[in-house]
Amino acid sequence: MTTGEPGQPRTDRSPWNWLLVLPIVLPLLTFLFNADEPRLLGFPLFYWLQIAFIVVGVSCTTLVYRMTR
Amino acid sequence: MSGHVTELVVFVVLFLAVSVMGFVAARWRRPETIESLHEWGLGGRNFGSWITWFLVGGDLYTAYTFVAVPALVFGAGALGFYALPYTVVVYPLVFLVLTRMWSVSHVHGFVTPADFVRARFGSPTLALAIAITGLVATMPYIALQLVGIEAVLKSMGITGHLPIVIAFAILAAYTYQSGLRAPALIAFVKDALIYIVILVAVLYLPAKLGGWGSIFDAAKAKFDATPAPGDGITLNANNQLQYVTLAFGSALALFLYPHSLTGVLASKNRNVIKRNMSALPAYSLVLGLIALLGYMAIAAGTKPVVGANGRPDTNTIVPRLFDQLFPDWFTGVAYAAIGIGALVPAAIMSIAAANLFTRNIYREYLNKDATDAQEAKVSKVVSLVVKVGAVLCILLLDPQFSIDLQLIGGVIILQTLPAVALGLYTRWFHRGGLLAGWAAGLAAGMWMLYLIPNPANGKAHFGGSAFPLANFGFDTKMTLYAGFLALIVNLVVAVLGTLAFRAAKVADGPDATRREHYFVDEGDPRVKDLDLTGSH
Repeated sequence: MTTGEPGQPRTDRSPWNWLLVLPIVLPLLTFLFNADEPRLLGFPLFYWLQIAFIVVGVSCTTLVYRMTR
Repeated sequence: MSGHVTELVVFVVLFLAVSVMGFVAARWRRPETIESLHEWGLGGRNFGSWITWFLVGGDLYTAYTFVAVPALVFGAGALGFYALPYTVVVYPLVFLVLTRMWSVSHVHGFVTPADFVRARFGSPTLALAIAITGLVATMPYIALQLVGIEAVLKSMGITGHLPIVIAFAILAAYTYQSGLRAPALIAFVKDALIYIVILVAVLYLPAKLGGWGSIFDAAKAKFDATPAPGDGITLNANNQLQYVTLAFGSALALFLYPHSLTGVLASKNRNVIKRNMSALPAYSLVLGLIALLGYMAIAAGTKPVVGANGRPDTNTIVPRLFDQLFPDWFTGVAYAAIGIGALVPAAIMSIAAANLFTRNIYREYLNKDATDAQEAKVSKVVSLVVKVGAVLCILLLDPQFSIDLQLIGGVIILQTLPAVALGLYTRWFHRGGLLAGWAAGLAAGMWMLYLIPNPANGKAHFGGSAFPLANFGFDTKMTLYAGFLALIVNLVVAVLGTLAFRAAKVADGPDATRREHYFVDEGDPRVKDLDLTGSH
């Protein structure tokens, strides 16, 4: 903090932020996953695909965090 | 009762061990003095990534979640699984919002959402409305934690209220003593226990029940056999929008609760928050698996405990499942995980409620010249009062009533969104417009909840949060989450109100924040200077 510019304007805008839209929208599109078949390890599509969306969420937020810190 | 001795011993031993930790916590990361609200209520605001992860997680995933979500899946099927998309959506949604809240709070010394609203919109009245909304929404949430503990106790054959009173007396004592440090430290134990229990449950139980495929088939067979139209292992045409709006509406509401903000503000810098928003979904995986315990209970043919009123209490379904399939000692561990899981959020919630009262009601209206020590003192006492109130809720009221209150709580806390969350992005709204929107949203929400019956338990009003669109005259069986509809009403009124107040040239409040305050980070000289707002 010796630059003498503590009031330097900053912002949280970044094109990377748009990546956050994906995990917000994807889990809300019920037509993507509202079915029993195909099953994975006995899990109906409805369950395994939504669990898979957790991975999408973690990847997107982690990427945005790394790119904007 | 005699069949539950091992469970009871393990439960009591773990519960007591954690209580000792709560008292020792006052010495952990010891500050020079704990006699200030920042120290007691926010742990000195210097928690790093790991502690924040446990603290925020400990606070969002409560005992009630572990008990109620599988109970919902047990009863209704796919609709109950909304808890998973809800916790996937919430973190990217608040990723940027919370970092702004952290920055502006650290510049101005805000401890509650109402503090922010007061400074941003220059309106003590709007701040009071936000503070009271927060208090009213938090109280039943604390009471619900007791429902979680009660479900465990009932499954061990223990009836009566004395054990709960003892548990909460212990909780009250160590929160009084250690502030936020107590739940932060205990959250480690709680999470470790929960992870062990869930890992064992999802590996061991399906093997005992013939694999995941047959668990889902058993659930499907049960729902196919019932006459209820809304259940099933997938959604139907009428409840898809309910699923989506419930998940999205709950995600919007989560960080408006004062207690979730407490954990966020206690983190060290902006990056700690961002890193946590990427790591917290690890809990979502656990939550998804916990939800599926409801189906395991169906496959195992578990029967819930029948309550005093002669109706089965579905909240006991998970404790009963554990009792049925785990060895006794491990059931005790699982019960302790749920019980301790109730204490952490209850402690954080009562601290947040106490902060709200102290900052936005006591200092604003009762004692304008309160010193730091006075504020901390009042906060500690109020946190006790809040917990006594929660215990009284359980002792005096039907537990079903606290579940209803919680339902209402979610709908009303959403009505603070325009002022708190949108306020972080825009100062366009007029304080009068926001107040009008808040009132209209509350009224609309209450009206909709009042109209919703619950055929399952024969209640005519406040029977759920699924609002049938048929009430608007549409010829459909489709339902939507009432809180989401109320929020739309709120926003429309806030926009129209703002335009009207501007047109009528009604004076707007001053904005004490400046644009750059929303981006400052640890190391900036403004961040450390908490005296800026005159907290003395």
